[in-house]
Amino acid sequence: MHLLEIVPAVPASGLFSLAWLVIAIPLACAALLIVLGKRSDGWGHLLATVATIASFAIGLLLFVQMLSADEGSRAVSVPLYEWIATGSWSIEAGLLVDQLSILFVLLITGVGALIHIYSIGYMAHDANRRKFFAYLNLFVAAMLILVLADNYLVLFLGWEGVGLASYLLIGFWAHKPSAAAAGVKAFVVNRVGDLGMAMAIFTMLAMFGSSAFADVNAGAPQLSGTWATLLGIMLLVGACAKSAQVPLQSWLLDAMEGPTPVSALIHAATMVTAGVYLVVRSHAIYAMSDVATLAVAIVGTVTLLAGAWIGSSKDDIKKVLAGSTMSQIGYMMLAAGLGPVGAAFAIFHLITHGFFKANMFLGAGSVMHGMNDEVDMRNFGGLAKAMRITFLTFGAGYLAIIGFPFTAGFYSKDHIVEAAFESNTVLGVLALLGAGVTAYYMTRLMVMTFFGARRWKDDAHPHESPLTMTVPLIVLGVLSLVAGLFMNSWIQGWLAPATGGEVHETEVFSLALIPLLTLAVVIVGVAVGWFLHRGDIPRTAPVTKNPLVLAGRSDLYGDALNEYAVVRPVKGLVAGTEAFDHGVVDGLVMGSASMAGGLGSWLRRAQNGYVRTYGLTFVIGVVALAAVVVFGQLV
Amino acid sequence: MTSEPYLLLSAILFAIGVIGFMLRRNAIILFMSVELMLNATNLAFVTFSRQHGNLDGQVASFFVMVVAAAEVVVGLAIIVSIYRARRSASVDDANLLKF
Repeated sequence: MHLLEIVPAVPASGLFSLAWLVIAIPLACAALLIVLGKRSDGWGHLLATVATIASFAIGLLLFVQMLSADEGSRAVSVPLYEWIATGSWSIEAGLLVDQLSILFVLLITGVGALIHIYSIGYMAHDANRRKFFAYLNLFVAAMLILVLADNYLVLFLGWEGVGLASYLLIGFWAHKPSAAAAGVKAFVVNRVGDLGMAMAIFTMLAMFGSSAFADVNAGAPQLSGTWATLLGIMLLVGACAKSAQVPLQSWLLDAMEGPTPVSALIHAATMVTAGVYLVVRSHAIYAMSDVATLAVAIVGTVTLLAGAWIGSSKDDIKKVLAGSTMSQIGYMMLAAGLGPVGAAFAIFHLITHGFFKANMFLGAGSVMHGMNDEVDMRNFGGLAKAMRITFLTFGAGYLAIIGFPFTAGFYSKDHIVEAAFESNTVLGVLALLGAGVTAYYMTRLMVMTFFGARRWKDDAHPHESPLTMTVPLIVLGVLSLVAGLFMNSWIQGWLAPATGGEVHETEVFSLALIPLLTLAVVIVGVAVGWFLHRGDIPRTAPVTKNPLVLAGRSDLYGDALNEYAVVRPVKGLVAGTEAFDHGVVDGLVMGSASMAGGLGSWLRRAQNGYVRTYGLTFVIGVVALAAVVVFGQLV
Repeated sequence: MTSEPYLLLSAILFAIGVIGFMLRRNAIILFMSVELMLNATNLAFVTFSRQHGNLDGQVASFFVMVVAAAEVVVGLAIIVSIYRARRSASVDDANLLKF
């Protein structure tokens, strides 16, 4: 395995020393909107949108400047201040603007700005729109901290920040008990991942004396195999929770309780891909451990199949897309787990997925907007004519995700399948299978939503959404179609210095065996999806004994597994602790209290109110004292 | 001179005071018993002062007298007001302040 030399970052100068503004602008805006409260209701959403666009503009300037710089000086470090200084630790908070993080900055602020614009229309009738935008800006700022950090501890700050924003936004409609519960579930499951992250950071501090990327990358080659594996697995646990990978996947489907723009921005395009970013960023550690790398690839493969399985059996349009998100992130994880070969492909797919999945989520939001917030696809059908723009942009996302030639997904996903075949035939075959299932469930979604008979409820009057919603859809739809073609030949060379990857030859259209095979599998998937759903679709899901469908409908029993493996034992532990607290601890405290009380009520009998009794007591006391003195003299 | 008879007298007076204090019920008599005990100690103080040839005991007995005078003022006032309220000076009747 050949590793390119990792290019060290050069100190910031000029525009780059202002990189912190990218984070500061949305953060300040979020703070302002929260502090001002209702006074900013009238213009808060506009300010938040402008803040995100401003961040995007700065990111774009940085990107242009980086493009014009020569390869050795593209990665720029921006030291900010000393965050923690205690004993021999000195943790510097700083930013690392390199080829990898700048792509994320553009994705987060670019897609984020589009989703802000979309939300102006989508949330127009919500009383708390200003609060929604404040949280969105908080999310953007936290996500930027996550990707721009030059230190795992600073990354962790952003990691927790996006977790908080995700919790707040999933539970945004907290008056619905299901939404409140979903927010808590996401938060709790993510704590498991945070444990992994925290342990990884502790280990780094113990091993390298620092958690800065530069120090960890420099120190990783000296790690022993065991420690490298442990560190890799801890980071993988963190990545699994944040990216909804098996076995910590259960929160993502429930997270669809949040408003749809949130699902698009946080639970499709950006936050859930943070795990992939983490694994790619830690490539130096994974390069030292084949076991950890294989674990990443296996987790990715299992998730890509599990997500596709769930997506195939759900009727809720957002849950189909959520399963699909899990599945696509599984592809990215698989790519990241293939080592340096796949790192650039993982990021490539991450970015194209950010475009087409955000597009489809926003499209689903547009459909819901027109259909009185109906999410059951069995009540859709025939919407292609009623919602022309939504249909066309959704179609662009559909073509991209199934990998129609020359669209975004065609390039990014096929590269992953090819790379998987190169490293391990089993993984390759499973990835290929996943591509076929993806084509099946997306075709099912398209047919059930936009074609066929109209199965609308009586009070539904579908209409096209306002311009603020359709313009972002059009932009994202165009990007879904062309982004892959633009980035295909460029991204590997661009990312190589940051990810330690190697550059593969990629063609615009390859006639090799694997790409043709993938295309054939996709065609089969589309054909099956169309064939099974071409006729009438019943208004209620048919009762079935098919175990595949039953398992998929109940999220592959993820919740039941959590219930029996985690929730019940923890509840038992809590009951035991409570019994100990009530029985032993409280028993001791209450026992000593009632003993003192009993003694007191016995002793107070001495206070009988008769002066002469007191006098007697007094005399006895004096006599006793005198006796002590006298006998003391004698002895 | 020997101080033993004086000390003996002091002890007898003190014992009478103690017995009176514990056996009688009339508050005035109780009060007189307390005074008797105080004066018994004064006698002992003065006797020791004379025996040792310094004035410490005499000073102490003056203190006792001052305190006793103050105590009589307060105590008699309480006894008189109890008597007015209850038509009785028996200490056994004034037993409401208890557990």
